[in-house]
Amino acid sequence: MSTTAAEVGRATPTGAITAADLEKDRSFKGTIGDITSPNARMVCRDVNVYYGDKQAIKRVSLDIGKNEVVSMIGPSGCGKSTFLRCLNRMNDTIPGCRVTGLIALDGVDVYDKKLDVVPLRAQVGMVFQKPNPFPKSIYENVAYGPRIHGLTNNKTELDELVETSLRKAGLWEEVKDRLDQPGTGLSGGQQQRLCIARTIAVSPEVILMDEPCSALDPIATAKIEELIDELRENYSIAIVTHSMQQAARVSQRTAYFHLGDLVEVGETDQIFTNPQHKLTEDYITGRFG
Amino acid sequence: MSNPATPDGANSPRRAIDAVNASLKRRYAAEKRFRLMGMSAVILGLAFVAILFVDIVAKGWPAFQQTSIQLPIYFDAQVIDPEGTREADTLSRANYVVLARDALRAQFPDVQGRTDVRALNAMLSPGVPQQLRELVMADPSLIGTTQEIWLIADDDVDQFVKGAIPRDVPELERRVKDQTVAWIDALDERGRIEKKFNTTFFTAGASREPELAGIAGALMGSFYTLVLTLLFSFPIAVGAALYLEEFAPKNKWTDIIEVNINNLAAVPSIVFGLLGLAVFISFFGVPRSTPLVGALVLTLMTLPTIIIASRAALKSVPPSIREAALGVGASPLQTQFHHVLPLAMPGMLTGTIIGMAQALGETAPLLMIGMIAFIVDIPGGFTDPSTVLPVQIFLWADSPERGFIEKTSAAIMVLLGFLLLMNLTAVLLRRKFERRW
Ligand SMILES: Nc1ncnc2c1ncn2[C@@H]1O[C@H](COP(=O)(O)OP(=O)(O)OP(=O)(O)O)[C@@H](O)[C@H]1O
Ligand SMILES: [Mg+2]
Repeated sequence: MSTTAAEVGRATPTGAITAADLEKDRSFKGTIGDITSPNARMVCRDVNVYYGDKQAIKRVSLDIGKNEVVSMIGPSGCGKSTFLRCLNRMNDTIPGCRVTGLIALDGVDVYDKKLDVVPLRAQVGMVFQKPNPFPKSIYENVAYGPRIHGLTNNKTELDELVETSLRKAGLWEEVKDRLDQPGTGLSGGQQQRLCIARTIAVSPEVILMDEPCSALDPIATAKIEELIDELRENYSIAIVTHSMQQAARVSQRTAYFHLGDLVEVGETDQIFTNPQHKLTEDYITGRFG
Repeated sequence: MSNPATPDGANSPRRAIDAVNASLKRRYAAEKRFRLMGMSAVILGLAFVAILFVDIVAKGWPAFQQTSIQLPIYFDAQVIDPEGTREADTLSRANYVVLARDALRAQFPDVQGRTDVRALNAMLSPGVPQQLRELVMADPSLIGTTQEIWLIADDDVDQFVKGAIPRDVPELERRVKDQTVAWIDALDERGRIEKKFNTTFFTAGASREPELAGIAGALMGSFYTLVLTLLFSFPIAVGAALYLEEFAPKNKWTDIIEVNINNLAAVPSIVFGLLGLAVFISFFGVPRSTPLVGALVLTLMTLPTIIIASRAALKSVPPSIREAALGVGASPLQTQFHHVLPLAMPGMLTGTIIGMAQALGETAPLLMIGMIAFIVDIPGGFTDPSTVLPVQIFLWADSPERGFIEKTSAAIMVLLGFLLLMNLTAVLLRRKFERRW
């Protein structure tokens, strides 16, 4: 597992990124629209991802800015999850998966061989497409992250953190009387909200959400969207969604993926009202996908 | 197959359901056949196990009883301690045989002649003096008094009383002669001969005399050996499985290691014994015949089993759990120890118990490292010479005396009991560790 970092081919071998690097990469013109963000926290340039011989992401460049929600849309299998998982190196765990190109968080190369992935993942949290609570109690699920990182000083603080996290995820009222029951005993939607609570409990600065609302009812969805809006004040968020309305509601910028290519990026309003590319237009008007 | 769904089946649902109904009977028949076959396999298996158990229990049951002869023993001060010092040394060296023989002679005053007297004395076990010695050493105030004592009978008498030596065969073909039979009957009439619960069997070590032989030595030997085997093999095997499954790079070398581990699981156990003899005893100088060296050899033997089972258990833990842990920033080691290991533990424990059961029943490699030695003393530690249950069974099964036949079966019963206990522990541990996800 830990060895896959060594297998990752690197385009830019050094950890520090110079302005010249960025300038050079900006010239890339595969994608329609402005891939950059004025206040970028995560910078991705020419990212390629291969599963064995199969290329799942092709020369994707995209910034994720401070106080910004970037939504990623596109037909199933186009590589949205794959791209998202590159950002906190979750792809390291997949044997045969190779990432090339540049991904940087606050100017630090994420794929630098010397970089420790543990703090990276504490900083870049992730909500997975399929809910994956630990087979432990609801309380333990949320408390686990803060505990291993030593975020709280005592039990009371931890209790408080668990409660606020569950409240933010809109799950508190449903589970407050059964915190000691297994997280796996919850319904699919409740499990997903538990995973969201687990992720925000470690206060990550960038949050990656892979279809966080796909199993939720409209009320819970509204709750999560509210949370995303709230989190945006301090953090950066990348969200994958199949719901155009959701993308339109929560995000400032939208990226449209198609078969591993990043076809178009732009202000959310502009993408939905005035798409430039034929594929984008077809997708958002519902002609395919 | 015989009734394929038509391509336009979607447009004509009736046709599809007809096909389903037609095939239904066939499908149910196949299911019924399969169930019947499964059931008969289980019944056949159970039947064989039942036959085995009934046979063993029927043969071994008498070993839990021992014929004893009650005699009024006069603890003669002149014989035991003529000087009246009551020193332990004097008491332990006294000639207790005389006391027992005199008491038996008193029951049959008319027995005369050397051969007859010898035959009469032979009714008592050679263990009787030791029995009396222990009584006197524990309570010297017995000296000078007369006590009714149940003395251990010789194994021939024991076998005769239990009916293993039949009465109605010609005297020449019978180990217990007519004269002795008459004495046994006479004692029986006076209520002086009886079958009692055989405590010796559970407290004594090995002996040449069946009536004095016990399982305690082998039981303790097995216990010490297994405890050490568990302590050695479980951590090593779990560590190896964890490393190979979760941390090691997947390449040619790990493939070779995997193939070799699988091969080791099939190596004849005697080879491990030879290896133990050459490496542990000859090279490292580990004392032979001890639970320590036995455990080392059995560890080598059980490691592949536990490693293979542990790797399978690790593989069955869903990857999403690892992702979840890594996703909140747990280190790989924390991910393993906090999340993956607890989930894999039931499977690992099952593998361990299978390995341990294998180790408990193993004989061949232990013969090579001297655990077949005849050891009277019950081992008190990991470096005392000892033997183990299966070797004891082997030794007893090989002994010519009739009395050892029942001991053999009884030892098998004890071994099975031990196994049952181990498996029960495994089930309980599994229950404790098992979680849903
Ligand atoms: N572990 C893997 N091994 C091999 N190929 C993979 C793996 N994961 C994804 N892929 C392939 O990579 C491509 C992109 O998959 P990805 O999961 O990123 O799609 P997605 O856009 O998230 O789709 P969805 O909207 O259905 O979640 C697909 O063609 C998929 O088959
Ligand atoms: Mg996906």
